[in-house]
Amino acid sequence: MTYDTLLARSSDALARRAIDADLVDVAVADLDTVLGRLFVAATAAGIVQVAFAEVDRDELLTELAARVSPRVLEAPARLDDARRQLDEYLHGTRRAFDLPVDLQLARGEFRHSVLAQLPLIPYGATWNYAELAAAAGRPTAVRAAGSGCATNPVPIVVPCHRVLRTGGALGGYVGGLDRKAWLLALEAGG
Amino acid sequence: MITAMHPAAPPFQRFLLEHRDAVLRLLVGMVGPIDAEDCFQESFLKALRAWPPADLDGRLDTWMLTIAHRTALDHLRRRGAIDIALDHAGELDSQAEPDEVGAGLLGVWAQTPDGLWAAVGGLPNRQRAAVVLRVVLDQSHAQVAGLLDCSEAAARRSYADGLAALRARIADGTLEVTR
Repeated sequence: MTYDTLLARSSDALARRAIDADLVDVAVADLDTVLGRLFVAATAAGIVQVAFAEVDRDELLTELAARVSPRVLEAPARLDDARRQLDEYLHGTRRAFDLPVDLQLARGEFRHSVLAQLPLIPYGATWNYAELAAAAGRPTAVRAAGSGCATNPVPIVVPCHRVLRTGGALGGYVGGLDRKAWLLALEAGG
Repeated sequence: MITAMHPAAPPFQRFLLEHRDAVLRLLVGMVGPIDAEDCFQESFLKALRAWPPADLDGRLDTWMLTIAHRTALDHLRRRGAIDIALDHAGELDSQAEPDEVGAGLLGVWAQTPDGLWAAVGGLPNRQRAAVVLRVVLDQSHAQVAGLLDCSEAAARRSYADGLAALRARIADGTLEVTR
């Protein structure tokens, strides 16, 4: 057996035992997807973060340690369900996620209420930012609704890509406009 | 369960990546490659349970190697190999730095954990720990003394005696060490 094999095997077993012993507050994993590498993090309450490949991984870990808990550990098995559902969704065979979501990284009451509205937008449909602001209870807070989407800690699973500018322009996206257009095309069946 | 957090506590994942190599090297040297796997998990589970450590300003490598070393000793005790032979004051030069034996050990280590264990497995615990910490992990005599909870002079003796024993095994042909 080589040293690298021993190190990898020991680390994998450690992650499994740490999960079994309930010692991991934040489990993280990297998923390879058609949209590139996705960083996914979960707490006991649900998926707490999804980040695209451009975001610095070490900064993500640092922020999770500071804002959620320093007991952050790579534990891919803990995210098997999320991996499977994201795969299915990105291949067009799943229209809704059945995953608990933990929105503790979203700051502010209004942003929480914005994020809470997003799963109400049906697969393949879109709202504009004004409609989203109204649904979240503050019809005039259109810009704040936009920033709620822009800072969505759980993109894709919480579908902020389904919100456009009035008139149909793409607006912005935490994962870049190419990915937003790709997701909208996927849901449009194209 | 969300633990109370220290403002500067780093993510455990980063700590693991920074220290797992040294921990595994020490454990392979202390208990052999087969048992090292379980001791590795035990050591980091203990660290995770205690994470973040109260003294984040202290040396985290020393903190972690102490946990690993204790875990190895507990394991050896449980296994029945109680072998805390007190080191004898050697007649060797206690200032000896890693010589060809140490360099050869590093070569063995680079190739295989089984080779390292084959080389140092027969040494008494303290000598084995001192040799692995010095040669494989490049710890100073003072650091070795801290981890073994002994004086620096005793740490030097353990190290010198360990190297002497390895040299004797090479001389009588029971151990082959290649660079």
